[in-house]
Amino acid sequence: MRLFSFRGGVHPPYRKELAMDRPVQAADIPETLVVPLVQHIGAPCAPTVEVGESVREGQLIGEAKAFVTAPVHSPVSGTVKKIDRTLHPLGFKVPSVAIKQDGEGQKAYLQPLGDDIASLDGKTMLERVKEAGIVGMGGATFPAHVKFAPPKGKIIDTLIINGCECEPYLTADYRVMLEYTEDLILGARMIGKILGVERIIIVVEKNKPEAIEKLKVTQNDGGFTTAVTETKYPEGAEKVLIHALLGREVPSGGLPMDVHVVVSNVGTALAVCEAVRNGKPLIERVVTVTGDGVKNPGNFLVKIGTPVEWLVEQAGGTIGEIGKLIMGGPMMGLAQASFEVSVIKGTSGILLMQKESVLVEEYHPCIKCSFCVQACPVHLLPSRLSIIAEAENWQLAGEYGVNDCIECGCCTYVCPAKRPIVQLIKTAKIKLRKIKAREHE
Amino acid sequence: MDANALVLSTSPHIKSTESVPKIMISVIITLVPAIAFSVYQYGPHVLYMYLVSIATCIASEYVVVRLRKRPVSVADYSSIVTALLLVMVLPPKFPLFGVVLGAVVAIVIGKQIFGGIGYNIFNPALIGRAFLAATYPVFISSYNAPKMLVDAVTEATPLAMMKFDGVLTPLSGLFFGTVSGSIGESSVLLLIVGSIYLFIRKYIKWRIPASIIVTVVVLGEIFHLINPAKYPGPVFHVLAGGLMIGALYMATDMVTSPITRKGCVIFGIGIGTLVMVIRLFGGLPEGVMYSILLMNAFVPLINRGTRPRIFGTGAANE
Repeated sequence: MRLFSFRGGVHPPYRKELAMDRPVQAADIPETLVVPLVQHIGAPCAPTVEVGESVREGQLIGEAKAFVTAPVHSPVSGTVKKIDRTLHPLGFKVPSVAIKQDGEGQKAYLQPLGDDIASLDGKTMLERVKEAGIVGMGGATFPAHVKFAPPKGKIIDTLIINGCECEPYLTADYRVMLEYTEDLILGARMIGKILGVERIIIVVEKNKPEAIEKLKVTQNDGGFTTAVTETKYPEGAEKVLIHALLGREVPSGGLPMDVHVVVSNVGTALAVCEAVRNGKPLIERVVTVTGDGVKNPGNFLVKIGTPVEWLVEQAGGTIGEIGKLIMGGPMMGLAQASFEVSVIKGTSGILLMQKESVLVEEYHPCIKCSFCVQACPVHLLPSRLSIIAEAENWQLAGEYGVNDCIECGCCTYVCPAKRPIVQLIKTAKIKLRKIKAREHE
Repeated sequence: MDANALVLSTSPHIKSTESVPKIMISVIITLVPAIAFSVYQYGPHVLYMYLVSIATCIASEYVVVRLRKRPVSVADYSSIVTALLLVMVLPPKFPLFGVVLGAVVAIVIGKQIFGGIGYNIFNPALIGRAFLAATYPVFISSYNAPKMLVDAVTEATPLAMMKFDGVLTPLSGLFFGTVSGSIGESSVLLLIVGSIYLFIRKYIKWRIPASIIVTVVVLGEIFHLINPAKYPGPVFHVLAGGLMIGALYMATDMVTSPITRKGCVIFGIGIGTLVMVIRLFGGLPEGVMYSILLMNAFVPLINRGTRPRIFGTGAANE
């Protein structure tokens, strides 16, 4: 069997064994859920409900008029308790709707459209994806209906369903592939029909043989293939993955559609299936709760808006003193300042690290070992960029391709001088953007 | 769950176990076989040279760093690597005072003047040796025969014999280290054995030694074919003198070599070519040191000229 791969990358300890054999388990629902109205890239939603109003599960609670946005729905039936600004996983405060659940399970789903691909119409399904508030669930949270409706002139010939899950520790996508195989394949076919593509490739890393087997047995149909990649981080990064599979390079500053491809996460495919077939908006998702700071690591079906603190209790609580709380995986995840943040649509994992496991290191001058140059999957010179950024030479950073950095973290992972390369690059990107904005004025 | 204890930092949140001290200690350990062999070959004076060099390098590093009011960097072991490599490229009878002088120059002028580890342009150990070779009167006459050279007729190095007397040394002697030469350069076998670990750990940018050796072999073969009586074969050139220690341990010094893949190849070809030009046509019997130092100076330029094509840019998208 052909193994797809790429040049560069790293092999961090994967630690998937902590949670990979734990079947998805529905997490208990807390008394109060706090649902942020910004869970996507694009225009923030305005609340469509008022304090004191009773809502049903699946009812619209926030929307925006813009094109690039995704509506937000109530994950439970209950009463709106508060509309307030709360801490978002990205680190700033956003408007949120706090809902006190009543346990009655009153639903207000959308009209089910059935599961007969042949009779389903692409336009109707696209509208459904939009109404259901589906976003990219791999973590980027880009509104799915925008991605599935490329502008005129952009021809899409391939849909890639990304099940690589190359981030260490995370196993949510793996469990979805194992336990919701039929649904996610149906969802993939629906996306395929929306896009009008003939070819759908579902791609998995080699270290998930059971998922590969299950997918192959389930799909067995023309136009649908399972591809297997080498186990290497960041195999699942969109640009890296497209090049590995198809040999096409997404142009600098461009999108996958520029090379006729759309990439969707397996979780997104599952959400599409449920929205179309059952009329269910995106109000819950599978989240891996793992790390050496968790008593019983596992995978949970979690209502959007569930506070992390509550979810951690579902996994048996913490062990030892927690030094870091990360939303996402250890390579690209976001460190959180509080246990009160809510699970959002893009939350693939909650990683708790014990204090002893948290690296707080001084960094040293670059010794030009070139480990980062070897590891960079987009062929930058990260060490050079870090030195340029330290010298605050933002323009030069631009010339050295700082905006092409995908922030995968490989350079920083391998750096023997422990230099915060990604951090310096992120700073350079922000500074450069400000300079560009000023030039525009 | 105490939120006050939560550390906030940018991703990635895990890092490899590689570190600068770990790399330096690995280099030191892989040098031990060759160092031990050199002490056996040349006796206790060489051991004293190593010890004096280490003490001087650490002391000068400490003093300069304190004067510059920078955090003490002695703990990264890089000055010990410099100390060992400096002695390995000196003649065995070299006076201890000369070693002190070379070590001070290596650390102060070779490294700290540029800003310390990471910032120096030239290989510090070679700066130390170049200084001594140019200034120290007894340098050339300080070679003596090693213990295992049974037939101790001559104390001249194989390259000097080739150059000035037209005498060729048997290749096995070069390989196993039973010939005259600088302290650490004589046993090619032990240098190779030691460096294997560095190759495996990727602490050596393999393209550099590979391209140096290939260049020397190709050029050596060409001239050997032209005039076998005058020019020795390629294997001689690879095994003789400081080529192997230069290719494996000096040219591959991380700080002073290119960071790009292509750059490493150009750097290696440059060194190999210069070595052969000096050996075959220059006034000196050996040219590894000057070749490496000269190419060190070109590293920034090489890096700039060999920037890899960034993913999604250039030819592939036109």
